[in-house]
Amino acid sequence: MALTNPIIQQQLQEKFGESVSAMVDSYGLLEITAPRELNLKVLNFLYDNPTLQFQFLTDLTGVHYPSKKGNELAVVYHLHSLKENLRVRFKVFAPLEQPEVYTATGLFSAANWMERETYDFFGILFLGHPNLKRILNVEQMDYFPLRKEFPLEDQTRIDKDDEMFGRGGTLKQID
Amino acid sequence: MSEQHIKLPEGSIEKVTSTLNLGPTHPATHGVMQNILELTGERIVSADQTIGYIHRAFEKIAERRPLAQITTLTDRLNYCSSPLNNMGWHMTCEKLLGVQTPKRVDYLRVIMMELARIADHLICNSIMGVDAGAYTGFLYVMQFRELIYEIYEEVCGARLTTNMGRIGGFERNFTDQAFQKLEKFLAEYPRALKEFENMFQRNRIFMDRTMGVGGISAERALNYGFTGPNLRAAGVDYDVRVHSPYASYQDFNFTIPVGTTGDCYDRWLVREQEMWQSLSILEQAYQKIQSFKGTEAEIYHADIPAYYLPEKKEVYTKMEALIFHFKIIMGETDIPVGEVYHSVEAGNGELGFYLVSDGGRSPYRLHFRRPCFIYYQSFEELVKGSMLSDAIMTMSSLNLIAGEMDA
Repeated sequence: MALTNPIIQQQLQEKFGESVSAMVDSYGLLEITAPRELNLKVLNFLYDNPTLQFQFLTDLTGVHYPSKKGNELAVVYHLHSLKENLRVRFKVFAPLEQPEVYTATGLFSAANWMERETYDFFGILFLGHPNLKRILNVEQMDYFPLRKEFPLEDQTRIDKDDEMFGRGGTLKQID
Repeated sequence: MSEQHIKLPEGSIEKVTSTLNLGPTHPATHGVMQNILELTGERIVSADQTIGYIHRAFEKIAERRPLAQITTLTDRLNYCSSPLNNMGWHMTCEKLLGVQTPKRVDYLRVIMMELARIADHLICNSIMGVDAGAYTGFLYVMQFRELIYEIYEEVCGARLTTNMGRIGGFERNFTDQAFQKLEKFLAEYPRALKEFENMFQRNRIFMDRTMGVGGISAERALNYGFTGPNLRAAGVDYDVRVHSPYASYQDFNFTIPVGTTGDCYDRWLVREQEMWQSLSILEQAYQKIQSFKGTEAEIYHADIPAYYLPEKKEVYTKMEALIFHFKIIMGETDIPVGEVYHSVEAGNGELGFYLVSDGGRSPYRLHFRRPCFIYYQSFEELVKGSMLSDAIMTMSSLNLIAGEMDA
């Protein structure tokens, strides 16, 4: 029987109950959200469960939502079950003051550099990572450039009308 | 590993490993990347890769650009096959916007994407020859990459950083010259490819240099996030074109070549066979294009006035076209709220775009899944215990593009 999103939702519900939520987004991809302490447990479950077998880590990255207080930093995993040819997106959120999540390097060797990149740009600390240091930026850098507090251009410039382009100088609330 | 090549006399100083800095700029790295190799004699004990020398912060820049202006950033990822990246990006936008493209657009895209794939594989395979000491093949097939670049020129005006196409299709219909050049390519390339193959495939020196070098098992390759020819060389038949078809790839008949050992030789063979498959796809696509007659043959973009830049003559004569032209150029079109992940089979693997939109005029966050960034981390495992010259072959067989790796 082909694996479908409702089966994954049901399996997660049985295993984790209410703490893990799984919703299908408007583009048909299942999006799983879990508390950050559970990230490895969920990844392990998705990896090992014989009907799911999400054993290919397609992508791992971060997103910064300054307006989500207490959940500012998101770690986004894209997993692929090659046997069933189905993808899911898995998200955990971490607060800006304590941006710590467990590393997935034990499960996926591919996570090594992806987590380094996420640390490099967002400052998310992956607990247990074997070599968590900057990868694309210089090691002396003391900030995390993809966070939203670093705008691309000086927002105080008045010779350029930012209303025309993008966000108009202020961060828009995202809910 | 324990085998000692230089027997030190009794009582001499303890043997230590030597460190070799390969790169950042070195002819054998084919890009700006550094490899710090730890050697005992000529055998590699450990390798430490340093990347990021041409990091240009594309993901940050994209957060302040309207969708149409991000295409130029994708050009500069894998610059050996820019049209593939361009179209991957356009299709990501189309997925976010919910745009259905006409079949003719899909087939035109398939033509450009397969040409780009051939150009990409051609460079990689011939460069492997160069690294093994055979320069002739590289120079010989260059004229066919030139022909592909001429087709690019006919279609979009540029050669390397193509910025080809628009969201919804192409900026103009393909000219007759473009199709003539395609016909010329389809007629002449197979013979040259065969000759190129004859030069390498059963070449004793080339086989000795590549067989059993830099091999990886299917399990390890999957665990390392390998995609594309490198994964298929290890024996996994994963191809995005088949597993999640885009641009009507389901209308084409082609096979996915797979290897067994995942070594440099298998990677070379898989790329070689993929070029033959691409040729067959090109022929099928060109046949399908020719079956469009009359007004159908004039379709080269989807009907999405809010995102597709109107033709100049309409801008000068029609009110709506002028308004949309202004809004698109000034980046004033709001994009829908949503999150999409879309991927295409690029020259060296699954090129993915993760686009988060908060409803503004530019992406809230854009992440590129760059295949060679992900599989390059396996390099140490691939070369550990092998000779220095094997490291060079392994590096060129992986098809590493510094521009893509560093984004």
